Amino acid sequence: MVEGAGGQGQLETHGELTPELIGTPLWSDEMVARAGIPVVDSPIVSVGGGIGSFVLVDFLRVWGLPAGAVRVLTVLDYPWQTYEYLTRNSQIPETERLRSDSSSMPNNLWGFPSYAVQEAFEEKSLASLWNVFSEPILCDYWTPRAGMVFRGLRKEADRIGYWQAVERGQVRMVRRRQEGGYFTILTPPAGTTATRRVAFRSRVVHVAVGYPGLKFLPDLQAYRERYKDHEHVVNAYEPHEHVYAELRRRSGVVVVRGGGIVASRILQRLIDDRDHHGAQTTIIHLFRTYVTGPHGPNRFNRRRGADGWAYQGFNYPKSVWGGELWARFRKLEGDDRLQLYKIIGGTNTPHRKNWLRQQERGRREGWYRTLTGEVLEVMPGPDDKVITAIHLTSQQGEAATLQVSADFVVDCTGLEADISEHRVLADLLEHSGAGRNVLGRLDVERTFEVRGTRSGEGRMYASGAATLGGYFPGVDTFLGLQLAAREITDDLAAIGMVRRLGSAASLRQWWRCVRGVPLP
Amino acid sequence: MVPTLSGRIQTRLFLLCVIGIPWTALISLIGPHAGHASISSVFETTYWVLAEVALVGSVLWEPLYHVAMQFRWEKDWPIMFSLLQGIPEGVLAYVLLHAIGPSPIPPAATTATFLTQFIPLWVMVWLVAIGPMRVIVPRWRYRGGRIV
Repeated sequence: MVEGAGGQGQLETHGELTPELIGTPLWSDEMVARAGIPVVDSPIVSVGGGIGSFVLVDFLRVWGLPAGAVRVLTVLDYPWQTYEYLTRNSQIPETERLRSDSSSMPNNLWGFPSYAVQEAFEEKSLASLWNVFSEPILCDYWTPRAGMVFRGLRKEADRIGYWQAVERGQVRMVRRRQEGGYFTILTPPAGTTATRRVAFRSRVVHVAVGYPGLKFLPDLQAYRERYKDHEHVVNAYEPHEHVYAELRRRSGVVVVRGGGIVASRILQRLIDDRDHHGAQTTIIHLFRTYVTGPHGPNRFNRRRGADGWAYQGFNYPKSVWGGELWARFRKLEGDDRLQLYKIIGGTNTPHRKNWLRQQERGRREGWYRTLTGEVLEVMPGPDDKVITAIHLTSQQGEAATLQVSADFVVDCTGLEADISEHRVLADLLEHSGAGRNVLGRLDVERTFEVRGTRSGEGRMYASGAATLGGYFPGVDTFLGLQLAAREITDDLAAIGMVRRLGSAASLRQWWRCVRGVPLP
Repeated sequence: MVPTLSGRIQTRLFLLCVIGIPWTALISLIGPHAGHASISSVFETTYWVLAEVALVGSVLWEPLYHVAMQFRWEKDWPIMFSLLQGIPEGVLAYVLLHAIGPSPIPPAATTATFLTQFIPLWVMVWLVAIGPMRVIVPRWRYRGGRIV
C-alpha cells in the first residue's frame, strides 16, 4: 500500500529528505507527508539483504509469517552476493571449502540433514560422514564447499518466496516514528520510482548491513595513498588475480601479512600455483604475533598453535554457538564480558593437514619464510619493488630492523572499519538512541533488540558483524545469524507478530523443507 | 555437540524417556531372556537397567564428561565421544546389574537380554541426538541441549 503525498505532479517535485526530517530524531506521519515522500506499509522491514536478512526471513516464513508481511531493502541481487565476492577474492572459489560447520546451514534452520550427509549422497561416498564422526579427534573439521552452500541458499530462497520480499535500493536511514514503529528511507535505483526516496513504515526493523567496511593496515593505506600504487600492494578481499598471473609469468617475491584463515588461503593459492603452474614464487610471511605452541591463560583455556599460527576450527571456539561459552557470555556485563572476549579472541586459522604439509615443504625447500615483527614503513623500491621496513622481534626479545624487497604485498589481516563508517549505523547512533557495546559495536540485548531504540510498540533488531561485543560472540557466522534470527523470531512471537514454533510445527515445517515444498 | 551440564542431563533423560521406555518394553516382550523367567521379572530387570543408565548417567557420567570437556579449548563434545562413552557406561551398567540389581529367582535376564537392550538403545539415542533432535526440539541446539 502506497500512500501518495499529493498528486503525481507534486511527487515529481517532492519526495526528497527535508532539513526538518534530517534534523529530527522522531518523525511523524505528517512530516513525511510534508516532504512528499511516499509511504509503503510493511509490518517488518529488514535492511541489508545479505545472508543476515535472508536467514531472518527464512525463520519468519517458517514460523508462519505471510510472504507479504516482510520487506527486504537491499542493493544486492541475491543474499550471498557480498559473501561470494569476498570468499572468491580471498581464494575460496565454489569448489573450495569454507570455514563452517557441517550443520551450520543458512538454508536449513534445523541444520539437519547436514551438508556432510548431502555430500555423502551426492558423491556416493561415506568419506564426509566418517569425517564428521571422527572430527576433530582423528581428522580436521569437515567443512562444506562454497558452491554447495550457494546452491542451497538459492533453493531455499525460491522455496520461501524470498524474492517477492526484495525491494531494491540503498537504505539511507532508519528513524523512529512518533506514533510507534519506524520509518526506513530507501533510495530506489534512479528512474524506478516517481520520487527519489520512498519511506517504509513498519512496526519492526531488522538491521543486518554486514561489515561496515574493510580497513587496510594503516601503513599499507598510507603507502597506497602516497604512491597511488594499487597494483603491488593489495588487500586479499579485493580482486587481485593480477598478482597470481604475474607470478606465474615470472619468478617473484610476495610478502603475505596476517595470521588468519585468509592468509592460509592466500598461501595455499601461491603454493598451488608453484605446484601446478610452475610459478617460482618466494613467500615471506609476516606475523605480528608468532604463536609457537599451545597458548592461553590456564589449562582450561588453552588453544593449539604452532609455526606462527593459532589453530581453531572456526571463527570462535565452537561452544559460543549454544554451548558453555554461549551460556557464560549471556551472563556477563561490561569488563567481565570484555575479558572473556579477549581470552577467546586473537587471530587464528583452522588446522588443515594440506596447508601444514605445503608450508613444511616450503620451509624445507627455502621458498617459504616467516618473519615476526611490526612494520615501520612501506615504500617503493627500484624495479617496481615494494620495500617493507620491519622492526623484527625474536622470541628472545632481541630486536632488529630489516628491509624486505618484494614484488607484491598481500594484506590478509581483514581489519574491520568502525561501525560509524556505515551510514545507516552512524545515523542510528546519532539520532535513534542506539549505543555501543564493550567492543564499540552496536549494543544489542540478548534478544538482539538494539538497546535504546524502542519506539512505542515497535522494535528494532540487529544481527551480524555490527553486533560483535554483545552477549553472543559468534555473530558474523552462518550459525550465529541463525541463532540471532531464532532469538528475534521468538521475541516477535512473544509480542504476537508470529506464531511460536513448537515441536509439531517444527516437524511439519522441516518435512516440507527437506522435500522442497514451497511455502504458501 | 556443544552441551552445557544441564543440557547434557536433560537430553539424556528426555531421550531415555522417549526412546528408552518403549524400546525397553519391546525388548522385554520379544527379546531374549532366561527360559523360565516370568514376564514381570524380565520387565523388572530391563527397566532397572534403563533407570540405572538415566540415574548413574545423570549423577556420575555427565558431570564427569562435563569436567573432561573443560580441558577442551572449544568446550565442545565430539560426536565420536558420545557414541564411545556407551562402552564404559554399558560395562558399569552390566556390573551394577549383577552386583546390586534385582535378583529374581530364577534369574530373568541373560547377558543377551542386556546386550540386546543396551547396544541398540545407545545407538538410537546417539543417532537422534546428533540430528533429529534439532527438529523435534527446535531450540535445543541453541541452548546447550536444554529441553526446558
